[in-house]
Formats: sequence, structure tokens, C-alpha cells
Amino acid sequence: MTDMQSSSLIQPGTPAPDFELASAPDEKLRLSALRGRPIVLVFYPADWSPVCGDQIALYNELRSEFDESGAQLLGISVDGVWCHRAFRDARRIKFPLLADFEPKGAVSRRYGAYREKDGISERALVIVDADGVVRWSYLSPIGVNPGADGIIAGLEALTPEQRGRAAASGARERRP
Amino acid sequence: MSDGKLMPPVGPDDHVRGAADAPITLVEYGDYECPHCGRAHPIVQTVLQQLGDEVRFVFRNFPLAEAHPHAESAAEAAESVASRRGSDAFWSMHDTIFDNQDALELDDLLQYATDAGADARGVAEDVVSGAMRPRVRADFRSGVRSGVNGTPTFFVNGRRFDGEWSDPVGFASAIRQAALAHARH
Repeated sequence: MTDMQSSSLIQPGTPAPDFELASAPDEKLRLSALRGRPIVLVFYPADWSPVCGDQIALYNELRSEFDESGAQLLGISVDGVWCHRAFRDARRIKFPLLADFEPKGAVSRRYGAYREKDGISERALVIVDADGVVRWSYLSPIGVNPGADGIIAGLEALTPEQRGRAAASGARERRP
Repeated sequence: MSDGKLMPPVGPDDHVRGAADAPITLVEYGDYECPHCGRAHPIVQTVLQQLGDEVRFVFRNFPLAEAHPHAESAAEAAESVASRRGSDAFWSMHDTIFDNQDALELDDLLQYATDAGADARGVAEDVVSGAMRPRVRADFRSGVRSGVNGTPTFFVNGRRFDGEWSDPVGFASAIRQAALAHARH
């Protein structure tokens, strides 16, 4: 394993490990419950660090683009639910931020997006298709805001089936 | 992550300041309420003066509307001025907005539009009806595709410029260097 742990980030073609994490003090969110549409997992180091702020703020502005592609964005860091709540309120973040808090970083680890020596999530992006399979992943240098162009291109590269549109129109049922 | 290529390239719909045949094209994606863009504005002015006929400058909108509640309406007001009164009026409006970043309520914007020679009532209609929103959104989307990850983000001859811009002398020479690496033609 390298210092960057780049070899360990989950790769396309791999089934996305299922998880359930708190999205609010009294609310949990299970990945598999969101099947049928693409999911963008945004692993990031911490709620209040400046680069994350910009990155999360950028994605927050892009909700209409993500909505058009039917994708759901989920932020994941090791911050607790109350921290996430304060951050969401302060920055008017409109997509869920999940607390990978206890056991700390367990979900990030399963995606190969945990930074052992610092005890935080890596800055990593993962697209999971409508059937729960990873289709794209990217590990960013921790201090660099990766922007959104990779996510947009990754979503555009999905087939209609991977986007879940074929299922919605009944195409899948017509198959033998 | 992005290869940092400006998409789409500068075209006839862009707001351009400077000579059309200048060898260097500097593009800024900016947000009228962003403090960093406000700080960059006089620096860009200085750099444009230093580079003279060597450079043309293009501004594209990248309002982070959730973080900056006046950014979208400021962008739309500037676009409205451009569509009603043309390029010179747009740049006058653009400068006034950046010089008055702490006063960007609709009444303020309409005053700046009037100062730029536009009819305040028409601009108000455009802002309230959202007539300029598609234009601003198109700029925003092009920025996302081009790898803009915050504001301001600059492009030199179609390539993202990741260097320092806070010192005008250093910025000007870095722009020249970047332009050498990516000649316009």
C-alpha cells in the first residue's frame, strides 16, 4: 500500500458495500434503500476545513444538475451528527451529510477512503449505479478541491440502465 | 482531476474587454459577492493595464448562490445591462458591482445599472422575471465542465491557471508564461 492509499480506493465494477449511517440525530439512511438511481458518495475529511467547505458548497450549487441526471449526492465524513447539522445549517447545505462516526470511519474504510494516519476520510468521489455497482471512483489529493467535472462526466457515462431509467420505463420487465 | 480545458472556448456570446486579436486570452469565472473575486478585481485591472494589447479579458458568471445570497441577482443585473446597453455598459456595471460588494440589494443594483446607462425599470423586470437566469446558468455549467472548483478561477488561452494571482506583477508574468505554453493558435 502506498502513502496515498490510492491502490485501495474501491474500483469500478465492484458492488458497493451497503451501509446505514445517521443523516440526522434521529434519522438513518441506508444505501441499498436508494437503489434505482445513481448515488454520488462524496467522502471528505471534515465539515469545517476550508477546502471541504468550498467543495461541499460547490456541489450544493449543483443540485439542479444532479437532479436532472436523477442522481443523489451523499456527503460522508467522520464528523458526528450534531457537527453535520451545524455545518449544514451554517452553509445551507441541501444534501445529506452522513456521520461515519461510530465505529469511526468504518464505512470510509470499506470503500478504501479512510486516511489511517490522520483518522479522517480521504477526499474521494464514488459513483454507484442504480443496481448498487461502483461505476467510477476518484481519489483526490487531500488538499485539492476536485471540482465537479469528473462527477458530471461520470454520470453522463452511465448507460440508461445504470441510471435506472430503463427500470423506470419498464424496459427491464420486458426482458425474457 | 479535470484536464482544466475551457469548455466551451471563448465565443461571440462572451463579454470581452480588450483587442479581439490579442495573443493572450484571460478568462475569469467569478461571483460578484465573493470576497476573493472582489480582491482579485483591482489586481486583474492592473494586470490588464500592464499587458496592454497583449491580452483580452473575458468574464463568466459563477455565482455560488447558496453561500452568497446577492450573487445571482447581481450577475443577472449585469447580464441585463449587457443585453440592453451592450459591452461598454456591461463592463461599467461589472466594475461598479465589484467596487461596491457590500451593497448589492436590488435597489443598489438598479442604481448601478442606471449609472451604466441602462433603464432601471427594464433591468428590474429582467431580474425579477429571471430572464437572464439561463445565461448565468449556462456560464455556471460551462465553469463546472471546465473544472472550476471555486471563485475566482482563471483560464489562460483555454487552460486553467492554478498559480498565484494575489500579486499583480507576479500574476502578469505568470500569465505570459502560461500563454507561451498554450499559444492561442
